[in-house]
Amino acid sequence: MLEQLEGSKAVARAVAMCRPEVICAYPISPQTHIVEALGAMVKDTTLEHCEFINVESEFGAMSVLIGASATGARSYTATSSQGLLFMTEAVYNAAGLGLPMVMTLANRAIGAPINIWNDYSDAMAVRDSGWIQLFAESNQAAVDLHIQAFHLSEEISLPVMVCMDGYVLTHAIEPLDVPDQELVDKYLPPFIPRQLLDPEDPVSIGAMVGPDAFTEVRYLAHAKQLKALQKIPEISTEFERLSGRKSGGLVRTYRAEEADTIVIGMGSVVGAIEDAVDDLRDSGISIGAISITTFRPFPLDALREAVGNPKRVVIVDRAFSVGMGSILATDVALALAHNDIRLYTVVAGLGGRAVTGISLKQCLSKAVKDDLEKLTFLDLDVDVVERELTRMEQSKRSGPSAENILRDLGTTTPETEGQL
Amino acid sequence: MTKGQAPTPYSGSREDIVTGQESKQEPQQTPSTPRQVKFYQTGSFAVGGRLLDAPERTVQSGIKRTNSLTLGHRACQGCGEALGARYALDAAMRATENKIVAANATGCLEVFTTPYPETSWQIPWIHSVFGNAAAVGSGIAAALRAKGRDDIRVVAQAGDGGTVDIGIGCLSGMFERNDDVLFICYDNEAYMNTGVQRSGSTPPAARTATTEAIGRQPGNQWGQGKKMPLIAMAHEIPYVATATVAELHDLEYKIEKAMSFRGARYVHILVPCPLGWGSEPANTIKIARLAKETGIFPVFEAEYGEVTGVSKIRSKVPVEEYLLLQKRYAHLFRPSRQDEVINKIQEEADRNVRRFGLLGEDGMVQPSDTDKGISAHLGGKVG
Ligand SMILES: Cc1ncc(C[n+]2csc(CCOP(=O)(O)OP(=O)(O)O)c2C)c(N)n1
Ligand code: SF4
Ligand SMILES: [Mg+2]
Repeated sequence: MLEQLEGSKAVARAVAMCRPEVICAYPISPQTHIVEALGAMVKDTTLEHCEFINVESEFGAMSVLIGASATGARSYTATSSQGLLFMTEAVYNAAGLGLPMVMTLANRAIGAPINIWNDYSDAMAVRDSGWIQLFAESNQAAVDLHIQAFHLSEEISLPVMVCMDGYVLTHAIEPLDVPDQELVDKYLPPFIPRQLLDPEDPVSIGAMVGPDAFTEVRYLAHAKQLKALQKIPEISTEFERLSGRKSGGLVRTYRAEEADTIVIGMGSVVGAIEDAVDDLRDSGISIGAISITTFRPFPLDALREAVGNPKRVVIVDRAFSVGMGSILATDVALALAHNDIRLYTVVAGLGGRAVTGISLKQCLSKAVKDDLEKLTFLDLDVDVVERELTRMEQSKRSGPSAENILRDLGTTTPETEGQL
Repeated sequence: MTKGQAPTPYSGSREDIVTGQESKQEPQQTPSTPRQVKFYQTGSFAVGGRLLDAPERTVQSGIKRTNSLTLGHRACQGCGEALGARYALDAAMRATENKIVAANATGCLEVFTTPYPETSWQIPWIHSVFGNAAAVGSGIAAALRAKGRDDIRVVAQAGDGGTVDIGIGCLSGMFERNDDVLFICYDNEAYMNTGVQRSGSTPPAARTATTEAIGRQPGNQWGQGKKMPLIAMAHEIPYVATATVAELHDLEYKIEKAMSFRGARYVHILVPCPLGWGSEPANTIKIARLAKETGIFPVFEAEYGEVTGVSKIRSKVPVEEYLLLQKRYAHLFRPSRQDEVINKIQEEADRNVRRFGLLGEDGMVQPSDTDKGISAHLGGKVG
C-alpha cells in the first residue's frame, strides 16, 4: 500500500519489520531521522525484543554490533560520512570476522571542508573493507534493499551496507510502499549464526593469524563476496515473487540495448541520467543507461554483459580518488578492459551540488561526439579555482583555501565571517 | 591447621614464604627435614591457601578449577597478566556456573592466548580491536538481554593501554550506561605487546621504550598519568575494586563479589610483567605484594562511588624494596642513587596510605567463619 512517507521513516519501518534485536547508533546528519524513528519504535514497544543503545561514538556503535552479532542477535546501525570514518577500524573488523549485520549509510561528503550534503566519499572510503555495498536509486529501492540486505547478510555471513543518498533520499517525502510484516516474516528466515559466543559450546573468535594462514583467511572473505554475486540476484527474485516489485540485483539497464553510448551511475543520480537519456533519445541519439546496485562485490561479468558493445561509456561518479580520478570508473574500466570502448568520467554532485538535467545533458551531448575531456568535473567553476591557484603562486602564506574561495564567491566577507 | 587460629603478621622477610606446592590440606612434615610452615600462609595471601579448610580455599587450589585460560599459551615466564587472567576468569566462571562470555582487547593477553589456529581459551571468547573491548562487551550483553538470557554473564578485558588510553571512550560509555558487563583491566603499566612503550598508567620515573632512562629526567615524566579505578568510581557504577596477583583470595573474592552485582563493574588488577619491568620471573608475586605493602598500589573496593573497604598494609615496606627488584627503575640506583626521586616515589606511596587509610588496627587478617571470610581483612572502612 502506498503511503506518503519520508525516506528515513520508511527505511526505519522496513528495518523494524526485519525484527532486529540490537540497534546501536550515534547521531550524525543525515542519518538521524532513521535512528530516531527506530528508537521511538523500541520505546513504545512497536518493536519488541529489541535493545536500542545510545553510545558515545560511532566506533562504540559498530563495536556494540560486533558483540551483538557474535552473540547471535540480528543487528542494525546507521551512520554517515565522519561517523563512518570514526568507526572504520571496527567496520573492517566486522567484515574480517564475517559477522552479519546491516548498516544504512546515508551518504554524505567527508571533510575537510566539513560538509553535510550528499556524495559518495564515505562509501568509497570503506569499499575495500569487505562489506557488501548496495546503492539505492530511490527511496522505494532503499526500503526494499534493507529487507533484502538482512537476508543476504545472514545467508553469507557478511555485513551489508545499504547506501542511500543523504537528504536527496533520506529527507525526501514521496509515496512509498513498505511491505507488511507478514510478507517480511515469510521472506526473511530466522538468523542462524555461523559462529556464536555460547558457553555451551565455546569458540574463540578473532584469533591472531600469521603469514601461514592470513592469505587463506582473506581469500575466503573474497570467495564469500563472489558467492554473494550469485546470491544477490536470487534474493532479489525471491523478493519480487513475494512483493511483486523488482528491486535489488546487481545492475539494471535502461534503454541500453544496442546503444552507441552507455551512461553508468549509482544511486539517486540514475534518475537524472535516465531523464537525460530520454531527452537525447528523443533527438535521435543512440544512448542508454546502466545503474549499478551492487558495488561490492563488483559485478564485473554482469556489467560487461549489460554494457554490450557500445562505442563509448560515460561514468557519472559522486566521488573521486584525489590524484587519480573516479573510483567507479576504475572498476568499470576493469570490467570492460578487453573491449575497445572509449571511457569518459564525469565527477558530479560533490558535497551536495545539484546534478542538473541541463548540465548533465550538455555534458552527454559532448560525450556522444567524443568531444569530452576524459575526466570532467561537472559545473566546476574554473575561474574560482584559477584565482586560488594564482594566490598560492604569489604568496607562501595565502591562507586557508576554502575561506578564500568563499570570499571570492561573495558567500562571506571579512565582516560576516565571525557568524559562519 | 584449623581456621580461627591467629595468623602471624607479615614478618617482612618474604624470601622464606612457603608457596604450598602440594595439594594437601595438612603440611607434610618429614622427620629428617622438619618444614616450617608459616601461619601467615593460611590467612589468605599465599597461593590458593591449600592448608585451609576446603570452603576457604581458592578456586585455583581446587581440583574443580576450570582453567578458563589453559595450557599452551605463549606468555613469558612469570607473566602476571596470564596469571591474573586465569585467576579472574576461573573465579568468574565459578560465580556464574561457567556461563560467561569474554571480549578481549588487543594486547599481550590476546596475542599470547590465540596464535591461530590454536587457542588457550576454554570459554567463549572474542577479540575485535584494541580500543573497543568494553563496547563489544556491551553488545554481547545487549544481545543476551534481547534474548532473555540473564543467566549468561559478560566479561570484557584489556591491558592498561586498552583500558585507560585507547579504550577509555568505550569503557566510559559502558560505565555510564551501566551495562551489565564486568570490565577487567590487567595493569602492567605500559604497552607491553608492542615492546614496552609508555601508557597513561606508566608510573613516574619508570623506564619504558618511549621514556628511556636518559637525559635530565630519566624515565617517565612526573605529574602525568591517570588513576582509572577512581575514574571508574566517578561514574558511580555498582562496583569497583583493585587487586594484585599476589593476593589470590582477595582477587577471587573481588571477582565473585563483582559478579554478585548487575550493571557495570570494574576490577583493576596489578600484573607485574617480567619483560617490561625487568624483573625476575620468579619475583612476579613478590613484586605484586610489595606494590601493595609499600602503598604504591592501593588495594581497595568501592560501591556506587564510595570506598567500602581497603586491604590494610600488614607491614609497611619502604618503596626502595619494590623499586630495586625492577630494572625499569635501575637508573634510580646506578650509577648514583637518586634520593630525590626515590623520596618522591615514597611520598606518593605515603599519600596513598593516608588517602585510602592503608595502615591501621585491622591490618591483620582475621579468618572468619564464612566462606567469604577471606574478605574480613577488607573490613577497614575509609572515612
Ligand atoms: C588502533 C591500534 N593502535 C595501536 C595498536 C598496536 N597495539 C597493539 S597491542 C598494543 C599495546 C597493548 O598494551 P596494553 O593494552 O597495556 O596491553 P599489554 O600488551 O601491555 O598487556 C598496541 C599499542 C593496535 N593494535 N591498534
Ligand atoms: S611481555 Fe609482559 S605482559 Fe606480555 S606476555 Fe610477557 S610478561 Fe606477559
Ligand atoms: Mg599494558
